[in-house]
Amino acid sequence: MSYDNAVNLDDSNKSSARIGEAVSVDDRPYILEMRHITKEFPGVKALDNVTMAVRTHDIHAICGENGAGKSTLMKVLSGVHPHGTYSGEILFQGDEMSFRDIKASERAGIVIIHQELALIPELSITENIFMGNEIIHHGLIDWQEAHHLTLDLLARVGLDISPRTPIKQLGVGQQQLVEIAKALSKDVKLLILDEPTSALNEEDAANLLDLLRGLKGRGITSIMISHKLNEIAAVADAITIIRDGRTVETYAVTAGAVDEDRIIKAMVGRSLDNRYPEHTPHIGETIFEVRDWSVEDPNVPGRLVCKDINLYARAGEIVGVAGLMGAGRTELARSLFGRNYGIHLGGQIILNGRPVVLNSVEKAIRHKMAYISEDRKMLGLNLLDDVKYTTVSANLRGVLNRVGLIDWPLVRGAAEKYRKMLNTKTPSVDVGVNTLSGGNQQKVVIAKWLFPDPDVLIMDEPTRGIDVGAKYEIYSIMHHLADQGKAIIMISSELPELLGVSDRIYTICEGRVTGVVDTADATQESLMRLMTNTAVSAV
Amino acid sequence: MTNSADFEQPNFTLDAEEVTPTMPSVASALFSGGLRKYTMVIALVLLMLMFHWWTGGRMITPANLQNLITGNAHVLILAIGMLMVIIIGQIDLSVGSAAGLVGMVVAITARDLGVHWLIAVFVGILLGVLIGSWQGFWLAKMGIPGFITTLAGLMGFRGAVIWISHSVSVPAPPELAYFSSGYLPDWGRELTASWGLGAVNAQTGAPSGLNVVTLALGLIGILAIIYTTLRSRQRALKASGTADPMGAVVIRLVVLGLVIAFVSYLFASGRPSTGFPIIGVILVALILIYHVVTERTPFGRHIYAVGGNKAAAALTGVNVSRTYFFTMVNMSALAALAGVLFIGRASSAGPDLGTNWELDAIAAVFIGGAAVSGGIGTVAGTMIGGLVMATLNSGLFAAGVSSDKTAVIKGLVLLAAVAFDVMNKQQGRKSIIGHLMNSLSKPKDDDTASTSTTTVPPKDL
Repeated sequence: MSYDNAVNLDDSNKSSARIGEAVSVDDRPYILEMRHITKEFPGVKALDNVTMAVRTHDIHAICGENGAGKSTLMKVLSGVHPHGTYSGEILFQGDEMSFRDIKASERAGIVIIHQELALIPELSITENIFMGNEIIHHGLIDWQEAHHLTLDLLARVGLDISPRTPIKQLGVGQQQLVEIAKALSKDVKLLILDEPTSALNEEDAANLLDLLRGLKGRGITSIMISHKLNEIAAVADAITIIRDGRTVETYAVTAGAVDEDRIIKAMVGRSLDNRYPEHTPHIGETIFEVRDWSVEDPNVPGRLVCKDINLYARAGEIVGVAGLMGAGRTELARSLFGRNYGIHLGGQIILNGRPVVLNSVEKAIRHKMAYISEDRKMLGLNLLDDVKYTTVSANLRGVLNRVGLIDWPLVRGAAEKYRKMLNTKTPSVDVGVNTLSGGNQQKVVIAKWLFPDPDVLIMDEPTRGIDVGAKYEIYSIMHHLADQGKAIIMISSELPELLGVSDRIYTICEGRVTGVVDTADATQESLMRLMTNTAVSAV
Repeated sequence: MTNSADFEQPNFTLDAEEVTPTMPSVASALFSGGLRKYTMVIALVLLMLMFHWWTGGRMITPANLQNLITGNAHVLILAIGMLMVIIIGQIDLSVGSAAGLVGMVVAITARDLGVHWLIAVFVGILLGVLIGSWQGFWLAKMGIPGFITTLAGLMGFRGAVIWISHSVSVPAPPELAYFSSGYLPDWGRELTASWGLGAVNAQTGAPSGLNVVTLALGLIGILAIIYTTLRSRQRALKASGTADPMGAVVIRLVVLGLVIAFVSYLFASGRPSTGFPIIGVILVALILIYHVVTERTPFGRHIYAVGGNKAAAALTGVNVSRTYFFTMVNMSALAALAGVLFIGRASSAGPDLGTNWELDAIAAVFIGGAAVSGGIGTVAGTMIGGLVMATLNSGLFAAGVSSDKTAVIKGLVLLAAVAFDVMNKQQGRKSIIGHLMNSLSKPKDDDTASTSTTTVPPKDL
């Protein structure tokens, strides 16, 4: 770590940034410049001399694989990692900034909206928007004024609902808009969005992107971290690509005319000709079948989240399940997995030709089923646990010694095996899962469910929040598992992914199966028609 | 300039990538894996030495250590159960009252029904299990938070004690005294005295001799630790090819062995017919059992899983309500044991038996590093926490500090210990020790950047 080397690196990075400037032929000022940002965590260098510059009124996209350092960079910018814990300088509107916390960066006009929304479900929109920023008259909160202002803010983000509505009554898309309204209330100049559309359906996502364009027109600069290249292509004015904690390239683009392959190549360091691996399925007997499955919403009596669902999966087959948000996909999966969700009203599961009653998750696991949940942090992981124990947690029987005690060399051996198999990036299997990036956490969750050696895997949004390179790896793993004679049921919101990976696709709408098609005969349009086929479901 | 940059750059990156993730620096290996874990042990030792000095040598004596164990074993036993309750993210406020009720029921059963004392004890433990099942039922099956369930127990069981005892103390079966204030058999005392071993009597100049059984127990402990440590190192080498360096293992074993040897010598060299207390043997056995239960059984993993993320645990096949239920049953069973042992020592069960024990147990767990939100904590840490409280009690008493001031100091120590722990764990902020280690190792890092990190293997002392 000698001084000489550091200087040399600086020089090379500066020159590449200059090339970017030259191409853009643009003399608008930079609202933000981050220079030579280096941030180290114990044992890992998360950011290594990163430099980027954002022009005023741009939508600037940041791309990079999982763990590349995008979120860390934004945390440095927004003061989550305070000044002094990193090296390098941040210039905002020409002045050098040294934020001690988020409040400080917000005062300067930089607002970050995290992937996990930070709204309080029990409180109203107004209360959330003015949380910590209350309008005070004579020492008391002026709710009248606050509601009035909120109404204005909501109009600006295109929401037509009462400011008094509790957050818990809103969908994820609407909550995202409330977050943006909250940012607007702070007089935001630079809005940072971390994976803003990852939890949204296509309609909400499109809506959000429109809004970003609108904000741009009103003089707000945005930085958007996203894995969705089509979204970046649609809205971005400039792109910075980060790989392994370093800036790979940063250049200006024209929205609507972005070369996706160039981004992919820069992100992974290689060109991905095909985003979905080639695979010839070897389909065998039906090993998993669901008959007339009906489930009632535990919170809303009388509301059926699954209505007479029939489906089957064969050995070696990857079965896709397509449906819009709220169609009942996750509810179906969790109710099948040991009735983990909802009130079972009727229906049968037939495993290998035999009807079974799986009324607990334990039983489902014992019958060789696995469910990889959609929500890693809430349902997939104990964030206090380390990588090795998480890997074996669904099959502790598999690591017991002769006297029935957990044998830690076995635990370590299993964890190492899956770390290598899935190419999980972690300093060691002893570190806490909370220290890993999202994509690597997902790999640990997958490892946890491969360790019990299941025959039937239900994978709920297995590539959500994961970059292109890791997605490819996960598809390959799925193909590999299918070739071992396992049946895989993949739930996904991304139609290209369903078309690219699965062999057969069920469409679900309002808790009913509205169609089943062979992938060879399906198109995004035909699937979308079936997914929105409320006519069938209304029967 | 440009040429040298082209040449040196890849080399630099190679170093950074290969070295930093796998090999922590000396400082980080020392304080993150080792020193930090032992902060409380060091604090305990320092505390004992401080009191030893302050009281003019009355802290680390055989008699005082014997009292420390016999006088606090009931709280330490409760703390083991409380730790598990706190790991699952609950709390048990009723343990004092439950212990009181069990103690009273045992005393009354033995006196009024005239049954054998063993039967009375059996009835008591059974009552403990029933109490635990009652609370487990409300917590696990009905979903009433443990705080409420056991607050009701705190009031209800205390009322029951007073009710059945009519507010009068009841004598305990005298046989129980052996377990709660007896010692290991005093063999070999004269022989060792004739060899001139043991403490020297100030007046006669005659050596006291040693309790050989206590020494033998210490020796067995040392051998067992050496055997298990070496064996697990062997297995680790075989399984993964890496293990702690032999030097570190030897240092660790020597330090541990010396500590055990010193402590057993102290216990062995007390007054004639004393040695290591029987209740201490029971406590050590419980510590070993529960250490294994929490670290190496599926049930143990389940309590951590439930405390860490209940929903994820349920989706991983953990039966959350069963885990809740048995943790509560276990807690009350241990409370029953604590109650039984305590009345043996006190020789009677009074209506206020067990009052405020729950608070001492909870304090021990949190001083020992458990998290209020659940999911974190160890048996060993809890025992250290309990011993810190016990040492404070005993040391302040020996130093002549009144009980009101003692309570104030204990409160502040609880707060300070947890505050220290919280600051240690806070993200992005270095611990106090971390700062120290960093400033110590800084000049070294600047001089020999990559070599110093590669040549020194990570130590886990």
